[in-house]
Amino acid sequence: MTKLWDFHGGIHPPENKQQSTSRPIRNAGIPELLVLPLQQHIGQPAETCVTVGDRVLKGQPIADVRDGLGVPVHAPTSGTVESIARLPVPHPSGMDDWCITLRPDGKDEWIDRQPITDYRQQDRQDILAVIRNAGIAGLGGAGFPTDIKLRPPKDRKVSTLILNGAECEPYITADDMTMRERATEILDGLKVMAWILRPERCVIAIEDNKPEALAAMQTAAAGTQTEVVAIPTKYPSGGEKQLVQILTGLEVPHGGIPADIGVMCQNVGTAVAVGRAIFRGEPLISRVVTITGEAVTGPGNFDTLLGTPVDYLLTAAGLQPDRLDRLVLGGPMMGYTLPSPDVPVVKTSNCIIAASVSELPAPPPEQPCIRCGMCADACPMELLPQQLLWHSRASEFEKAEHLNLFDCIECGACSYVCPSSIPLVQYYRFAKGEIRIQRAEQLKADRARERFEARQARLEREQEEKEARRKERARAAAEAQARKKAEAVETPAQAGEADADRAAKAALVQQALARKKAKAAQDSVAPVEPAGPARPAAEAPDIEALEKQLEQARGKLDTMQSMLDDARAAGADNVEKLERAVAKNHDRVQRAGQALEEARKSLQAAD
Amino acid sequence: MALVQQSSPHTRHARPTSQVMLWVILAALPGLAMQTVFFGWGNLINVIWCIALAIAAEAAMLTLRRRSLGFFLRDNTAAVTGLLLGLSLPQFAPWWVSAVAVITAIVLAKQLYGGLGSNPFNPAMAGYALVLISFPVAMTTNWAQAALLWGDAPGFGETLRIIASGQQTVADAFTMATPLDEYKHKVGSHTATEILAHPTFGDGIARGWEWVNGAFLAGGLVLLALRIISWHIPVSMLGALAVMSIAFGSNADQYAPLSLHLLAGGTMLGAFFIATDPVSAATSHQGKIIYGAGIGILLYVIRAWGNYPDAVAFSVLLMNFAVPFIDHYTPPRTYGHHKARRGIASKTSG
Repeated sequence: MTKLWDFHGGIHPPENKQQSTSRPIRNAGIPELLVLPLQQHIGQPAETCVTVGDRVLKGQPIADVRDGLGVPVHAPTSGTVESIARLPVPHPSGMDDWCITLRPDGKDEWIDRQPITDYRQQDRQDILAVIRNAGIAGLGGAGFPTDIKLRPPKDRKVSTLILNGAECEPYITADDMTMRERATEILDGLKVMAWILRPERCVIAIEDNKPEALAAMQTAAAGTQTEVVAIPTKYPSGGEKQLVQILTGLEVPHGGIPADIGVMCQNVGTAVAVGRAIFRGEPLISRVVTITGEAVTGPGNFDTLLGTPVDYLLTAAGLQPDRLDRLVLGGPMMGYTLPSPDVPVVKTSNCIIAASVSELPAPPPEQPCIRCGMCADACPMELLPQQLLWHSRASEFEKAEHLNLFDCIECGACSYVCPSSIPLVQYYRFAKGEIRIQRAEQLKADRARERFEARQARLEREQEEKEARRKERARAAAEAQARKKAEAVETPAQAGEADADRAAKAALVQQALARKKAKAAQDSVAPVEPAGPARPAAEAPDIEALEKQLEQARGKLDTMQSMLDDARAAGADNVEKLERAVAKNHDRVQRAGQALEEARKSLQAAD
Repeated sequence: MALVQQSSPHTRHARPTSQVMLWVILAALPGLAMQTVFFGWGNLINVIWCIALAIAAEAAMLTLRRRSLGFFLRDNTAAVTGLLLGLSLPQFAPWWVSAVAVITAIVLAKQLYGGLGSNPFNPAMAGYALVLISFPVAMTTNWAQAALLWGDAPGFGETLRIIASGQQTVADAFTMATPLDEYKHKVGSHTATEILAHPTFGDGIARGWEWVNGAFLAGGLVLLALRIISWHIPVSMLGALAVMSIAFGSNADQYAPLSLHLLAGGTMLGAFFIATDPVSAATSHQGKIIYGAGIGILLYVIRAWGNYPDAVAFSVLLMNFAVPFIDHYTPPRTYGHHKARRGIASKTSG
């Protein structure tokens, strides 16, 4: 018997799971159109690698993340790329985002799959790459890329690998049905993950309200080292932090990850996806989705291609539109409402509740908090929800942070038990959002201040340098003047000779000007940069103007260079742009220098 | 089709505040029944008068504050305040003493601070303390003598006439010093045996009072079983009172015995119905234990060495003052943290 621990608080909401477990998992089939958002989970959005009109095969990558956190997106069936456009995606805000729309051709034609039978002979990094390229992200929660999660920090050894089959949220049965029907596949995936991580202990945790799933997993795990553990049914036992506590008695440190205490949690659905990626060479192109609620006549679980519109699934489950009052994606405790069923299923969509009014009624109006403390007793993170409410409502965000606002997992247990019907979680989301905005603004303001100070210092330095140069020139000019005067006094007799000299020089200048004019004419035929700094003065080589130009170009180059240095130091994203600008200015300085040189030569020649 | 857009959770299951308050009222009824049986109709008349006045005062204040009458009156909290005052005031307290207490409680202590949930002090006890200090004669001499309702206690009409007459002093025939009062005044000059010979103590601990306190204890246990209150405050309050009595008052010739402390006066009503008012109590479990223990200690200190024979109102109010302080130093340790974050938020704590 595995030793279990309890976690603080928790609630026992009505389970409402039996509606969707009476039928086996059904295949949802191929809808008319599949909509695949480029961002389906945490990380960077993928970049398309197909164009409109392309024919793609089932399992072919159609978008990938080049650098940064993320995994590719694959075509769930064969067909043609119909469009790449912004469409409504499943998101709490109801926003639009870039999606690839695929029109299936009905042939369901696979790409060339490369199953790996003996993964143990391969390098672990290669297997991790296979998992990444199969587009696998956590199927249970926020969708963290699985290959990244399977690479814990070098100094952390994962000694306990937990497969999360708790599924504590009411209504959702996707994991339950997966465990009942695909237990061996789960074990296959678990084996691969265990081989990668080499843990001392593998545990599959299932809430004790799922006896069928427990039995199926026990049968599949018979004869292996894997423990299949029934944990007491209490929401939110499936929360990663709570499950870690139930199974190990340890707490994930604040701000840390389970690997910090030698634990890793993976969802059972993710295990199936990993198994398929390795043993069948199939990327993640479908998932099990629970369709339930009083507004559908045939609730159950559907094996659904990613990108299938929710609308299509609801029809498949027998939607009664007149009964539909609220459409929830996810569970009733943590899911969010969809403004319309016109969004696709993505990697993280586990459940859709088509609820009637009586099923999920509107909450009664909010009353004042009487600090009864029911929320604190229900909080699995041992926070003080009533105090957090007080501070959030008063916009006293510092105090809310002091009371560990950011440890709130938004499980909703506090709102569930509140006798005053206060939407506590909504207040915490508001406070967290406000704090994040404040932090971002603070960062921006700090950067702007640093930039301003650097610029101010540079301008002062330049001013000083300019002043020094001006003084130097003035001194040189004064000296030259003095010398000239002295010469003039010394050689009055040579005046005539000088005149002749001057006449000869004038002729030469004329010649030079003629040459210049001819050249200028030639230049103006060819397209030249308008008012380019290197363009010689048309009339006479104006040394002073050219000097000024060179000076300006140098100044600009200096400015650009210092901006680039600043940007590099701050790690800003405009470094590349600035580098280009510096190179350009460098050219400009060179050209101005050349022009000046030429002009000087021509003058010398004229002299 | 316009679908409902709402933030999670989408389901809830809670006992609404109005129902919580109704349970508090129901759980107090056995105590009221015992008061009526042993001390006549006075408490029942006071309770009805106080509840009616409390609801009227609440309605008037809500109207002045432009709040929804139907919405706020339905929470039953004004009725609870009225009930608690009716249960604690002397049986023959003149009608206007009760009225001053109720109006102070509802208008000053509750609504002027922002209504339900915003009052730092227990409204009923604020009202009680005010009349206790302002009208000491009416508040100390008007306690009914223990007499069975079906025995020689004054009838309903007689009681109502006495209360409605507004007289500060009532005929001696009807009244008697409370056991705590009697003990306090005789201790030092009399031995315990001499003191306990007084009829106010009856055959048992304190005639009638032990039944009243027992009934409030039973009602309190019902509230505990229903999880309307938690054990922390009553247990720590009664425990602290007992510890103080054992530590300092073992000599019955100098101090009232422990049994009298626990089963006379407002001890059980205070422990289960008054100190547990969540609005003005400490927040965390640890805080509640400190808060309850503070009330228990103060209760003993004032009863044993202060000027007042009973001190539930003062003890509760004094600890109400300490609540923000207690709360700052007793937050629970959050999951994943090494220790609780005590004290006040500062800029540096990230």
